[in-house]
Amino acid sequence: MTAAGNTLDVSYVGLASASALVLVAVAISMWQQLGLARGFIVGAVRAFVQLFAVGYILVYLFLNPRWWLVLLALAVMLVAATGTATRRRPGKAVRGSRRVLWTISGSAMLLSAGLTLAYVTQLVVHVRPWYDPRYLIPLFGMIVGNAMNGAALAAERLASEMDSRRGEVEAYLALGALPARAAAEPVRRALVASLIPSVNGLMVVGLVQLPGMMTGQILAGQSPLLAVRYQIVVAFMLAGATAMTSAIVVLWYRRTFFTPAAQLAARVPV
Amino acid sequence: MLNGPDRASLGRDDPASPLFSLRHVTQQRGDVTILSDLTLDLPRTEVTALIGPSGAGKTSLIRLLNRLDDPSAGDVLFDGKPITSYPVFALRRRVGFVFQRPTMFDGTVADNLRVAVSLGAERQTTETPDVARVLEAVGLDGEYATRQADRLSGGEQQRVSIARALMTRPDVLLLDEPTSALDPEVAERLLSTVVQLSRDRGVAVVMVTHRLSEAQRASTFTVMLEAGRLVEAGTTKQIFSSATQARTRAYIASTE
Repeated sequence: MTAAGNTLDVSYVGLASASALVLVAVAISMWQQLGLARGFIVGAVRAFVQLFAVGYILVYLFLNPRWWLVLLALAVMLVAATGTATRRRPGKAVRGSRRVLWTISGSAMLLSAGLTLAYVTQLVVHVRPWYDPRYLIPLFGMIVGNAMNGAALAAERLASEMDSRRGEVEAYLALGALPARAAAEPVRRALVASLIPSVNGLMVVGLVQLPGMMTGQILAGQSPLLAVRYQIVVAFMLAGATAMTSAIVVLWYRRTFFTPAAQLAARVPV
Repeated sequence: MLNGPDRASLGRDDPASPLFSLRHVTQQRGDVTILSDLTLDLPRTEVTALIGPSGAGKTSLIRLLNRLDDPSAGDVLFDGKPITSYPVFALRRRVGFVFQRPTMFDGTVADNLRVAVSLGAERQTTETPDVARVLEAVGLDGEYATRQADRLSGGEQQRVSIARALMTRPDVLLLDEPTSALDPEVAERLLSTVVQLSRDRGVAVVMVTHRLSEAQRASTFTVMLEAGRLVEAGTTKQIFSSATQARTRAYIASTE
């Protein structure tokens, strides 16, 4: 990652003129009375503040690389992702207490994202020193971002399948089936739903749009072929991490739908 | 689990002991009391009917008998022992449950029946019931085995549900309003099948029904519930000819 020299700078004047593009969205929202104008403005301000904050933190980390500071940053990212994955969305029935879901999603992401990051940075890319924030932080961000979506989709889908297939699940239980067998179909469907984006992502990568990381590297002046290699690593890494996260979330979350006596737990109001 | 001493000590040699006993059973869902301090014996008989207006707690009661639910308070005894003392999976294979609305699994009728066998731990040691014979017992001829289960009519699906429950060779069959979704003629035939099955196979049937004519015709013992409480229980003959409780007489009169 050298060659910042041949990258064009974005000046503050440039940034200001870019905000005109958000104003287009605001204008359309007001014109069609979408009620989204406020959201766009707040979102734009937040994007500005959040990204600059992250930028300064990264600059600090890159200048003062300490392994514990890097791990701390990764922990903060993980916590933020867990919060997002378990946030209740209107109209989406996610059952069980939020704390339970938080524990499940957080642990699943910690395990799968942690393992994937270690594998990629130490065995595939050979990052030295092992904690080099220039690699660990952006890679972890991508892994956790994808795992987060997988976890949220998986949990949401499992809850809705368990609800709509309640009769089938209970019919299995009544025949003496173990909960794992009774919930096999909801589990399968939840896993499929959470993994479809990964499969589709692999199928169209590079065809529709250049992935963010590759775009970034190319804009930063890297050879497209090096960018491609990184992108392949990233695509595989995301598929693996998302699958692992979804599987852990679904199989663990499934348990919360049953009592120890293999009964369907009482429905918790959402 | 099923073939060990448990099955041998079923207590069938003591026909006077109740099949199920409820002792001060209360069932609550949130703030709602569904069953209230219910104490009751269900005898070993061919068909027991649970009757009473909707909301009486009939379904909630039979769900306790194969532990689809556990009561909030009180004890349920099966064969004289606390129902919780049986391994729950083995219990459910001895006490089958047929739901009000049948749920067919994917595949053919035969697939549906074989799944029931495959779920149990006992399949290696006991002979599995023959699909064709079980279908015959519920009044479906062998040709049904290869039909897609989810394309059958409501009445046929309910027969398949019963057949599926029979595949685990249960001692007891719990039926939750098995005929409520069927038209009267189909319901009538299904009921005859249930009575026949109970006689031929020695399966004790406990049946929830809102059709009093069914209870009167099919059952030997009747339990009248209202608002989660026991009104009275007795032989079907006695309940329908000379009920001791005014509410039972009123209920029977109102639905005739």
